[in-house]
Amino acid sequence: MARKRRPKLAVWKFASCDGCQLSLLDCEDELLSIAGQVEVAYFLEASRATVKGPYDLSLVEGSITTPHDAERIQQVRRASKFLVTIGACATAGGIQALRDFQDVKEFLAIVYATPEYIETLTQSTPIAQHVRVDFELRGCPINKRQLIEVISAFLHGRKPNTPPHSVCMECKRRGTVCVMVAHGTPCLGPVTHTGCGAICPAYHRGCYGCFGPKETANTGSLSVWWKHLGVSEADLVRAFRGFNAYAEAFRQESEAHAK
Amino acid sequence: MPSKTIKVDYLARVEGEGALYIKIKNRAVVNVQLKIFEPPRFFEAFLRGRSYREAPDITARICGICPVAYQMSAVHAMEHACGVTVDGPLRALRRLLYCGEWIESHTLHVYMLHAPDFLGYESAIHLAKDAPEIVQRGLQLKKTGNEIIALLGGREIHPINVRVGGFYRVPTKQELFPLAERLKWAREAALETVRWVATFPFPDFTQDYEFVALRHPDEYPFNEGRLVSNKGLDIDATMYDEYFVEEQVPYSNALHSVLKGRGAYFMGPLARYNLNFDKLSPVAREAAHTAGLRPECRNPFQSIVVRSVEILYACDEALRLIDAYERPESPAVEVQPRTARGYGCTEAPRGSLYHRYQIDDEGVILDAKIVPPTSQNQKTIENDLYRFVPRYLDLPKDQLTWRCEQAIRNYDPCISCATHFLNLQIERE
Repeated sequence: MARKRRPKLAVWKFASCDGCQLSLLDCEDELLSIAGQVEVAYFLEASRATVKGPYDLSLVEGSITTPHDAERIQQVRRASKFLVTIGACATAGGIQALRDFQDVKEFLAIVYATPEYIETLTQSTPIAQHVRVDFELRGCPINKRQLIEVISAFLHGRKPNTPPHSVCMECKRRGTVCVMVAHGTPCLGPVTHTGCGAICPAYHRGCYGCFGPKETANTGSLSVWWKHLGVSEADLVRAFRGFNAYAEAFRQESEAHAK
Repeated sequence: MPSKTIKVDYLARVEGEGALYIKIKNRAVVNVQLKIFEPPRFFEAFLRGRSYREAPDITARICGICPVAYQMSAVHAMEHACGVTVDGPLRALRRLLYCGEWIESHTLHVYMLHAPDFLGYESAIHLAKDAPEIVQRGLQLKKTGNEIIALLGGREIHPINVRVGGFYRVPTKQELFPLAERLKWAREAALETVRWVATFPFPDFTQDYEFVALRHPDEYPFNEGRLVSNKGLDIDATMYDEYFVEEQVPYSNALHSVLKGRGAYFMGPLARYNLNFDKLSPVAREAAHTAGLRPECRNPFQSIVVRSVEILYACDEALRLIDAYERPESPAVEVQPRTARGYGCTEAPRGSLYHRYQIDDEGVILDAKIVPPTSQNQKTIENDLYRFVPRYLDLPKDQLTWRCEQAIRNYDPCISCATHFLNLQIERE
């Protein structure tokens, strides 16, 4: 039987810290086996050799913050059969989307003299706001087990298994005592998308929402509970304006508390 | 000879996005530009108004490869502002966490980003086809570093367990035992790494640099020390802004940092090694000696050997720290914010990382300044290329281009870091 052509993998970077694509290189036990299953066709952080598109699977890291990148993501989409965004920047605009909340006119006037630049630079936007995205993987950073799951699901033509429920479910599975109920520690776990493995509560710390909102997040209710614990309005705004500040549910909640 | 141009539109095997442009006229290099077009992310701007407690988590996101360095410089600066000193086992745990990051980051660079240049491979994945056992050794060594970070920090990238004053949770001694077993293997693997990279062919390229790094009276520097150089600099981190200045260049999104009145300087493993050789552990010094390094090394191509010696040191030091560890009663010391300015400077894998914050009595950040190592090395990288390229003008262009890339990778440049800090004082031409 003729061996099938290995699918071509590409990794693209926009405004980001590099951490999510590093997650692929952090798969120390699996990396060479992945490299055997796919053709690493475009992955500049790892290789200076590049292969022309089209690409079967594109992993996209980072948010769109410049006019040039807004063009480039269109090219990436055209060259990609299946496009997966990896991480909070690509999926929700990332920490750099904090600029989206500021009255940036004043400081942009100091920074940039070219007006056509200003429009785009005032916002850091997720990839899905620019092109069709086939799958979004959450997290700041992503969980490398979930990344392997996405690649593996792609190779087998199935849907990736990345549950959309809250971090709370994961805490229960781990047997972690609830930090909010037992210790009165404010925790975003009830409204945050699972996937990290519920690390923070296991380290006696409240979740800070780096995987972004879960499906149907009741952020309003959680804010009431936080206030019972003595959290100020200013701290509530900061809590929802973190690494997924521009994700719809978190953005609305922070705006509800911002003066 | 007619004029020619070397252009690399997207530098590979570096962290972040940069390009290289070199113009040659009549066998002379007339222009070198290391262009950094990674989009700026304005960290200093949005740190204003955030809580001092958030600085370690927010600044970690500047770099996915060295988040611990950002967390360490941030907590030290905040503790300095608040008049708090973290000592004893908590300090030792921070040092252990930093060992993990050096092992992870250095091994990534040595095996996956830099060694392929010396051996003529496009990547470590290509190298693995011919030498799978070597690449596997590198991956497992890197994994050991990541295991330290994952245990102490909760996860490898953007650890969650670091806070101003210490940690949220500290490990028991028993939890550290499996790490120690793993580190004993890693120390051997690091020794083999030093031996392996010592056999690489190094261009004869010895330069007269001003090396800058932290120096501590008792230890190889991670979290503390004075900033010193081989040309007389010897200052406290609080004096940083009086001695260093950032210059704007039109072709790059990152500012160039220079020593006032003196110019370019060199940071990172090679600088640390030259300034702190006597503080390395005996096993690391011995390995350096066997690899043919002297206490002074001024060839940046040999930085791969020095980086490997530092991996070995970090494994050795991690073992020492685990052996001496006693779990502290409290995971953190109490910190009360006050109106103050705080300074922090620690040794990131790529060199000294400087943070400065102004906070108010409620701990709200009013002003932040961050200077990462890559922006400090940029000018030195360009200077190297001015001197290096003329020796290889007769090489075919693709080989010459690859040589230039290799010369840049000597510095393990981290371009995401270098660009994040583009701040409000920018003029456009």
